[in-house]
Amino acid sequence: MDILSLFVIVPILIVLALTFFAKDLKQARLISVVGMGIQFAMSINLIFAYIKERAVNTNIMVFTKDVVWYETFNIHYSIGVDAISVVMIALTAVVLLAGVFISWKIDDLPKEFFISLIALSSGVFGFFISTDLFTMFVFYEIAVIPMYLLIGIWGSGPKENSAMKLTLMLMGASAVLSVGILGIYFNSNADGGPLTFNIFEIAQVNIPVAAQNIFYPLTFIGFAVIGALFPFHTWSPSGHASAPTAVSMLHAGVLMKLGGYGVFRIAMYLLPVGALNWSDFFLVLSAFGVIYGAFAAIMQKDLKYVNAYASVSHLSLVLFALLMFNRTAWTGAIIQSLSHGLLTAMFFALIGMVYGRTHTREIEKLGGIMKILPFIGAIYVITGLAYLGLPGFSGFVAEMTIFVGAFQHPDLFHRILTIVVVSSIVVTSVYILRMVGKIMMGPLSNEEYKDLPKATWFEKTGLILLLIPVIMIGVLPLGLSEMLKESIQPFLERLL
Amino acid sequence: MDFSYTILIPLIPLALFVILGLFSKKIPASISGWLGSLGLGTSIALSLYTAYHYFMDGKLEGVYQTFVYKQTWLIFTDKLHIDLGVLIDPISVMMMVVVTTISFMVHLYSRGYMHGDDGYTRFFAYLALFSFSMLGLVLATNLFQMYIFWELVGASSFLLIGYYYTKPSAVAAAKKAFIVTRFADLGFLIGILLISYYTGTFDFKDLTSLDGMLIAGWGASASFMGLSVFTWGLILIYMGGVGKSAMLPFHIWLPDAMEGPTPVSALIHAATMVVAGVYLVARLFPAYYFVEDGFALQVVAYVGAISSLVAALIAVTQTDIKRVLAFSTMSQIGYMMLALGVSKYEGHEGLGYMASMFHLFTHAMFKALLFLGAGSVIHAVHSNYMQDMGGLRKYMPVTHITFLIAALSIAGFPGFAGFFSKDEILVAAFESNKLIYYSSVLVAGLTAFYMFRLYFNIFWGEDRKYKHTPHESPLSMTIPLVFLAFMSIFAGYIPFSQFVTADLMPFEAHLNLPLAAIASSVGIIGIIIAFIFYKKPSDLPERFANAFGFIYKWIYNKLYFDELYIFVTKKILFGVVAFSASWFDKNVVDSSMIGIGNVTVSVSNKIKGMQSGKLQDYAMSFVGGIVVIAMVVFYIWIN
Repeated sequence: MDILSLFVIVPILIVLALTFFAKDLKQARLISVVGMGIQFAMSINLIFAYIKERAVNTNIMVFTKDVVWYETFNIHYSIGVDAISVVMIALTAVVLLAGVFISWKIDDLPKEFFISLIALSSGVFGFFISTDLFTMFVFYEIAVIPMYLLIGIWGSGPKENSAMKLTLMLMGASAVLSVGILGIYFNSNADGGPLTFNIFEIAQVNIPVAAQNIFYPLTFIGFAVIGALFPFHTWSPSGHASAPTAVSMLHAGVLMKLGGYGVFRIAMYLLPVGALNWSDFFLVLSAFGVIYGAFAAIMQKDLKYVNAYASVSHLSLVLFALLMFNRTAWTGAIIQSLSHGLLTAMFFALIGMVYGRTHTREIEKLGGIMKILPFIGAIYVITGLAYLGLPGFSGFVAEMTIFVGAFQHPDLFHRILTIVVVSSIVVTSVYILRMVGKIMMGPLSNEEYKDLPKATWFEKTGLILLLIPVIMIGVLPLGLSEMLKESIQPFLERLL
Repeated sequence: MDFSYTILIPLIPLALFVILGLFSKKIPASISGWLGSLGLGTSIALSLYTAYHYFMDGKLEGVYQTFVYKQTWLIFTDKLHIDLGVLIDPISVMMMVVVTTISFMVHLYSRGYMHGDDGYTRFFAYLALFSFSMLGLVLATNLFQMYIFWELVGASSFLLIGYYYTKPSAVAAAKKAFIVTRFADLGFLIGILLISYYTGTFDFKDLTSLDGMLIAGWGASASFMGLSVFTWGLILIYMGGVGKSAMLPFHIWLPDAMEGPTPVSALIHAATMVVAGVYLVARLFPAYYFVEDGFALQVVAYVGAISSLVAALIAVTQTDIKRVLAFSTMSQIGYMMLALGVSKYEGHEGLGYMASMFHLFTHAMFKALLFLGAGSVIHAVHSNYMQDMGGLRKYMPVTHITFLIAALSIAGFPGFAGFFSKDEILVAAFESNKLIYYSSVLVAGLTAFYMFRLYFNIFWGEDRKYKHTPHESPLSMTIPLVFLAFMSIFAGYIPFSQFVTADLMPFEAHLNLPLAAIASSVGIIGIIIAFIFYKKPSDLPERFANAFGFIYKWIYNKLYFDELYIFVTKKILFGVVAFSASWFDKNVVDSSMIGIGNVTVSVSNKIKGMQSGKLQDYAMSFVGGIVVIAMVVFYIWIN
């Protein structure tokens, strides 16, 4: 079995093992943690294998493999990775492993919970390794659909409603996306050859400009809805608020990154003329989203809502950077995806810990928690500072790379928009400090909180797993950023 | 000459931070204080050695050389990259000495002051973090490295102001300090983006080189609203300095920052971090001076002069002793700014630059001493307010004498350190801008007055009803006081113009006797008025305040700057912008999405009647469908 397909196979094996062997919570979590541990080790191994392979292999994708699985429409199971997919796979693996630790004590249908969570992950891994449009789309759907069950069954609050809203909006986006993908497919033989779904074969032909102008916005929006593009982001606050902790972590941490990934891997790469023609429109939308999300976050009363709007702001920044069409900004966009994925997962994990103990997520009702829960409090403050872009953490590297890159744009309008977007860092610090200052610092809001149980070992493990890469990227970013830059080049060249 | 070992000077505090931070629960208080002091002791020894070595042998043909050791940290584009490293030149060496000295003193002092505090180890971890960040800032080789450490000192300041994090006022002050300075830093960042876009570099060496893109190329640069974009860039960068150095209009965070423990106020909010803005301008001085004939430098001068005057006026009215000192700090930093602003570049004409750095040095000593002395007093009487103090000279002789020395020094009393540095500033102002000179002389008088108002109120007058009899602080606290008192006198005798100059060439500076006489007599008049007003309890101050009723109230309330900011943030940004964003999101964006959903549901309700379950209906639809398709196919076929 090749090194990449294992990423899809292992989760399926874990799901099978869970189905047949897990009898109670203890067994279910043991199987999950061992399986995800293996997955995590494989992803670390993949990074090193990739670096080794890259030194001798100059193809766009390495570890490629191609198997026909539906000949009539020329659909292949074709896989391969570059640096961008590798880091995304590593992100997914670490968030999942942390998510399993955070769900250590899930008491309601534990076996089924872990099955859905891990089934979903096989879709995410499959999505990141695919280089065939159709296969990629199938994996995308595998990743999105179990979400309905996870929120609807294990969620809190108005969970059925939120799950429905989230699923319907994402399905609607998928419908739009499928039209875009079919549009690309039916134009993939401009030179008279057979139709193909293979990304790199399509990139060899020039799709007619008229078709590009029609199918680019469809493909872009199809992906960008899950990347929280304004005004299609409203599934995210209520969806995240209702979802159980591990699901919020995985969804905001990884699934929302599928949007940005798809945008540059498919929409921009295959429809470059359309991308350039439509760029100003989407650029304004994404820049607006950055500021709008940040301001909306200030006014939220529920911790998860604050984080959801913060995600809208931070992920609009990813789209904004991608629309700048330059290497530095794109590198920043990928690092921002990673950084936001780790940090937002930490935030959701922490919120889950606070909620699990105090049974409230309302900012007004919480206060002075750090005195009682020093470990959770300290990590909360660190996560907050990292989130608002303090040097030494990944967020700073990501944001600065985006800002400097975007500001190199030769067009004045783009530079002015960049300045507007840069100013979001102040608003970010307002909502982060307001939240941290209120819930963690200050006098204890409720005497009953005095006896809250301290952080457990599995909670600490989950948080530290996420914190380590945040600090590593923040302190030594050079290797990562150079590795990404190299892989970005062929995709960017199509747009220049 | 090899100065690469200087990288250790910031790295030692970093190591301390990591150790104390990770094991804050395990390390007992008795060890952490010593460990911190020992680490900083090593840093100060190294920086003194560096200073000696550099100022003795660092010259080549009469010009101080610049030494740079760096490592690429992050690459943006072919030209733009962030390096981390150390830059050794006169001002960085001077600042390094200031930072390590004060930090070491504060470490020693805190061992006594923070004794018995719950978060003792955490406190020393934060102090180490701050020392690391500040040294990184001082030694920065390029603008972006400076920005990185600029943000880090901001964060350490946040952590230290909010050290007593269960106290709402401390949390509010920490948030305020962070957000106000971050807003100012936004200007700094945009300035960096602008300058680097046009010059293609972050490096200080290129930015300040006389034939570099920035200085030689400003004439050909694009312009915006009649000013070169380079000037705009420099003004925006200065905005960051205005925020950190608490100049108008971003000064509002500094008085509130006094919520932090007093040693922190001495270290961060008096001697080191708040002068970062001055250091920033000094670092880029050639650019400020040459680009567009020094327009941006004029801005620096006026912002400094106005801040200095306003702060001195406010300091006269405050009753919280730490706030008096905070406004005094702001006023003295204004001095340093205006000295830079009126300075020229070459030889003796660069007097203002030298004076500014000189004053930065002496001010660090006497202001740290004043804060540590105030801390000693607060430690003894458990209050920050003058009303609760009086007659303390009998109980706290060491604190009393050292405080007096510091007060004389800041008041510019002849022979003390402040006298020499302040004199140079006044000479520089006199030679360049008379308006600024007059305002500075007025500030000198006010400074002497409010400082001795403080002194007499604390140490003279009648005893108050103290709960416990006040007593002198322990040796760990008084030793730093004595050392700093020594520096507050003798730092003035350092021939600064031999070491720190704008064009890196030493020159001879002499005392300007007439101007020195004017300045010191104004200062002495200030002291005498304070003596008459406050030596013995009298109703003079009150009568005076009443006579100026309206103006007094206005100044006492700090010109209502806080109220203005609260109005803008709470009412406009939160109340209007943020509120409407979240309202719009809930009621317009989300509702329309739900609306689309509802339309789908209602359409499906309409058409669900078709699923009647009657075979005839389905057959009918089936036939109809075939007919339609056949017609379409037929139509295409005949075309």
